[in-house]
Amino acid sequence: MTGARLLVVDDVAAAYPGAAVPAIASLTFEVRAGERIAVLGPNGGGKSTLFRLITGELALGGGRLDLTAVRCAFVPQTERSRLDFPVTALDVALMGAVSRMPWWRRPGRADRELAREALRRVGLAAVEDAVFGSLSGGQRQRVLVARALVQDAPLLLLDEPFSALDVTGAERLELLLRELAAEGRGILMATHDLDQARAADRVLCLNRVQIAFGEPAAALTREVIERTYGGAIVDLAAGAAALLPTHHHGERR
Amino acid sequence: MIGWITDPFGEPIVLRGAVELVLLGVLSGGLGCWIVLSGVSSTAESLSHGMLPGLVGAALLGIPLLLGGAVGLVVAAVAIALVQRSPLTPDVATSVVITGLLGAGVLLGLSPSAPAGLGSLLFGDLLGVSDLDLALAAALGVVVTLLLFLLHPTLLLTGFDRLNATALGRSPARLDLVLAVLLALATLVAVQALGTLLVVAMLVGPAATARLVSRRVAPMMLLAVAIAVVASVAGLAASYHANLAAGACVVLALAAAFCMTLAGRGIAHVVLARSAA
Ligand SMILES: Nc1ncnc2c1ncn2[C@@H]1O[C@H](COP(=O)(O)OP(=O)(O)O)[C@@H](O)[C@H]1O
Ligand SMILES: [Mg+2]
Repeated sequence: MTGARLLVVDDVAAAYPGAAVPAIASLTFEVRAGERIAVLGPNGGGKSTLFRLITGELALGGGRLDLTAVRCAFVPQTERSRLDFPVTALDVALMGAVSRMPWWRRPGRADRELAREALRRVGLAAVEDAVFGSLSGGQRQRVLVARALVQDAPLLLLDEPFSALDVTGAERLELLLRELAAEGRGILMATHDLDQARAADRVLCLNRVQIAFGEPAAALTREVIERTYGGAIVDLAAGAAALLPTHHHGERR
Repeated sequence: MIGWITDPFGEPIVLRGAVELVLLGVLSGGLGCWIVLSGVSSTAESLSHGMLPGLVGAALLGIPLLLGGAVGLVVAAVAIALVQRSPLTPDVATSVVITGLLGAGVLLGLSPSAPAGLGSLLFGDLLGVSDLDLALAAALGVVVTLLLFLLHPTLLLTGFDRLNATALGRSPARLDLVLAVLLALATLVAVQALGTLLVVAMLVGPAATARLVSRRVAPMMLLAVAIAVVASVAGLAASYHANLAAGACVVLALAAAFCMTLAGRGIAHVVLARSAA
């Protein structure tokens, strides 16, 4: 990878207020312009926590986090968004433009055009006037991707962006992320799907602590995958493998 | 019919009351939408009820009601904030404090030395609004409208996605503070006309009504202002003809607007479902 460094993370740890143990620790990786990095980990592995750290929502508990890109766009997990709020898809996309403005400025015609273009790119031009809460889960997820596109930041963070998408939606987003990387943006994407991690340029395996970081072919060894998921892999037929997760008792949210 | 509506406003004091209602409608309609959308209507109600001891105290001491109301609001806000630390759930704790404050206010108001009728503090004195009341309502209306216009994109962003607002460059806490101050000022200005029991109806009623039929926030705000102005002035006219308490009629008219909209929406849904079938 030769792109400029957008984000450098060095031995970072973070804990939620009041928690005895850090939610994540020992993270050391970087994101360069033009690459797609998958953050692979089980539920509760700390993927969302890492994003909260990068966006500044959660304070750094140790180590060094250098955000050279300064601005980053963020696509949150959809289950965190409000469905009862009277806004249209276009209104939400436009919030990406608002995020770049001082509080007294109002988005103008050019911003609205950008928002429309972003909705077009995620395949939602037809529903720009639909109320956000009336859209399907996959459509809502794509609206939030459109909002991040309008933010037009060098670094794009996506928290499990494929979770609510159907096959066509997923293919379209996959293509879009490749386009964005080709434009020279850095992409950091959380997933618990091994195949998605394999398709990325580099992968960060995270289960409370960093298990591995590197190109998927080299990093995703059997041992790394087992430690990431805390489970054991059972060989099925020729080459296929299945993961048996260890039973999680008392998983918290 | 036209005469029924216009006749009352030939009376100067009724006309003044109507002007006050129009000003308060503009002030409360838009602000009320953000109160309703951010889910703090019950806090608004608690604050306006809890300020009664301040108002009664001011009447007893002969100091301006505005000042007493301001002190009352601060006391109520602090009391609500303090009691949140108790082991009770927040709504129970708040109810206890607010009924306590309301009771204290009534007790003070019924003391032999109380000059003004307790009624006008509880239910307002719409037909007795002063020039100062009108000027304050107009000035605050201008400030609130301007602020809501400028802050609209920020309010939308934060209201829709509070959890991620920080990542999008906005501070929810700072915005909460601005809204709380505006709410306190609006309550303070409107309480002279509508009283501590009824004032919240003007803030919450029209916005809740507009919410029933709006898909976007800006039209909702315009609709809420229109409902606040039209329904409250109609309520005032009705009170003139029926010779009933002005403030109570205004609040009833606001409630009627809500019920009619709710019913109309229900009928529209049924009709649409029929025609689709
Ligand atoms: N707001 C919070 N307060 C306290 N602990 C939290 C909070 N959010 C998440 N956690 C804890 O942090 C750990 C990592 O969670 P999270 O980052 O959401 O995982 P992931 O996104 O990988 O599923 C979990 O053990 C979870 O219980
Ligand atoms: Mg998560």
